[in-house]
Amino acid sequence: MATVASPPHARQNPLAKTRELGIVIALAALVAYTTVSQPRFLSAQSIRDILLNTAILAVMAAGQAVVVITRNIDLSVGSVLGVSAFTVASMMSADPGLPMVVALVTGLVVGAVAGLLNGVLVRYGRVPALVVTLGTMYIFRGLIYSWAGGGQVNADELPTHFLQFANDSILGVPWLVLIALVVVGGVALLMRNYRLGRELYAMGSSPSAAELAGIKVARNLLTAFIVSGALAGLAGVLFASRFGTIDASAGNGYELNVVAAVVVGGVAVSGGSGTVWGAGLGALLLTVIGSALTVLDINQFWQQAIVGALIVLAICADRIVAVRIARSLRKRDSHV
Amino acid sequence: MFRGRLASWDAIILALTVVVLVVASLGVPNFGTSRNFTFLVLDLMPIALVALPMTLIIVTGEIDLSVASILGLASSLMGWFWNNGLSIETIIPLVVVIGAVLGAVNGLLVNALGLPSLAVTIGTLALYRGLAFVVLGDGAVADFPFTYTGWVTGTIGGGPVPNVLILIVALAVIFGIVLHATPFGRSLYAIGANDKAAHFSGIRVARSKFWLYVASGAIAALVGILWTLRYSSARADNGSGLELAVVAAVLLGGVSIFGGKGNLPGVLAGVVLLAALQNALRLQDVSGQALNIVTGALLVLSVLLPNLASSLRTALQRRKRRQAVTS
Repeated sequence: MATVASPPHARQNPLAKTRELGIVIALAALVAYTTVSQPRFLSAQSIRDILLNTAILAVMAAGQAVVVITRNIDLSVGSVLGVSAFTVASMMSADPGLPMVVALVTGLVVGAVAGLLNGVLVRYGRVPALVVTLGTMYIFRGLIYSWAGGGQVNADELPTHFLQFANDSILGVPWLVLIALVVVGGVALLMRNYRLGRELYAMGSSPSAAELAGIKVARNLLTAFIVSGALAGLAGVLFASRFGTIDASAGNGYELNVVAAVVVGGVAVSGGSGTVWGAGLGALLLTVIGSALTVLDINQFWQQAIVGALIVLAICADRIVAVRIARSLRKRDSHV
Repeated sequence: MFRGRLASWDAIILALTVVVLVVASLGVPNFGTSRNFTFLVLDLMPIALVALPMTLIIVTGEIDLSVASILGLASSLMGWFWNNGLSIETIIPLVVVIGAVLGAVNGLLVNALGLPSLAVTIGTLALYRGLAFVVLGDGAVADFPFTYTGWVTGTIGGGPVPNVLILIVALAVIFGIVLHATPFGRSLYAIGANDKAAHFSGIRVARSKFWLYVASGAIAALVGILWTLRYSSARADNGSGLELAVVAAVLLGGVSIFGGKGNLPGVLAGVVLLAALQNALRLQDVSGQALNIVTGALLVLSVLLPNLASSLRTALQRRKRRQAVTS
């Protein structure tokens, strides 16, 4: 490979590839098994549903992956989704004439502001990301409740073009799926090939070394949190458009699925490794598991337990790979 | 020097707790009544009990986010065993032992395999809660014998002091002695401050942390039983989200999330502060969900304020030193 731009990636790449290959194989096996026992699993409608359900999760997972790669975490994404969904839904019901673009931009901005707040508290308040985002998860959720109370925005109050957006497609690809593909692809490219992305990996591998190497750690960290917040905000708009009925509990508990998608997708919580593509695949795998359980008529209650078991398995797998890399590096160093 | 700072944070929390209690008793109708005292203690019971082992775990620099899910699974199992005709005298010890085993699974993953506790316990948070739903579905079991449900909600001799306060005090004393008056407790601070140094000075780091997770699982299951008996309702979603309130209370009490610092009296003050504030606001008809703002803000502030104070102090010292040099 003649990629001069990303030398540190070259060594990680084969392992990263096997990690993502693992998810693809798991996906293929699951789809094959489910289709053999229930052929309707691969009907056009079913595939469409799976992709639409993946889209929202994948958009959030891409943002979360960026934050986790810097050795931080953003647990506030579910609440940010709720704030964004409720803001945009209220806005659209108050002024039905607004075009879809305004809704999307509003969601992005609302999320970015929330992300900026998280980033400032982490960097300048020197409060660990876990504590900050746990706190803001509560605070944002509380804000929606005190704003919305028990009320909700119903689908019949929303303009049709807003609700239609979730069902419309371009060249047979639904808008939601297209947005998710662009987001995951764009962020993946940014993390793989651009300076900002490489610096974020460096910060996750060793925060103090990154600072000593002259990387603008503060600016990059704020960017990472803003990206995660903005994408959660975007997911909020998609959520509102897809489900139509928005109350104060929108997106409650989503953070768990997002973190699960990222970790299952091979992004290590210890930072510095994993890819955004992997996180997207993780989101797809989790959604496919959910649909497969329904199609196979397995008790829906198993889903959460399986997600939990998958997280634990994924961490174990990453640990084994990391130990093996460390051993091979040590061996190579001793020969030199 | 940091000992001085910690002592002052403890003092602030303690003072704040007293202020909240006094202001609420004077200003909020019905807060100071003996009836409300009973409810206050019953409400803070789950957080107070789970916070005890959580404090020890966070002191070693680890975390256990699966506690509320162990609570839910314990509640589900209790309902399932009861439906299957086991006597309550068998169920209670059995469920506590299962809780200890669930905690041991966390402990093994974290300490035998060396996995990050945050990721592991987020995983088991989903796993255990999922299993709770698998065991009991979304139904509820409610027909527990009154001798037990009555004891949990009852008070000593019909007065204002709930029976469960005995349990809270007894366990708090035990955990307090373990943390503050035994070599094991001292070793936990050493592990939290620097686990490699602790290892090289002969402390069994992995083994100590393993037993903390076992204790955490057992206590969480015990709280699951008490929760079920208090509301006479075994449900899979009992206590969901409690882990956040517990972590908030522990950090509010002055325990550092990085490990090595903090003490149990501070944590208990944090628990009382959180519970009293929520209770007083609820009496003022603030909705339960809006209370989340207070919990979240307290959580962030509990770490932010000491940090800001210490930056301010170093800035002032630097200025003083510079002035001393120039003059």
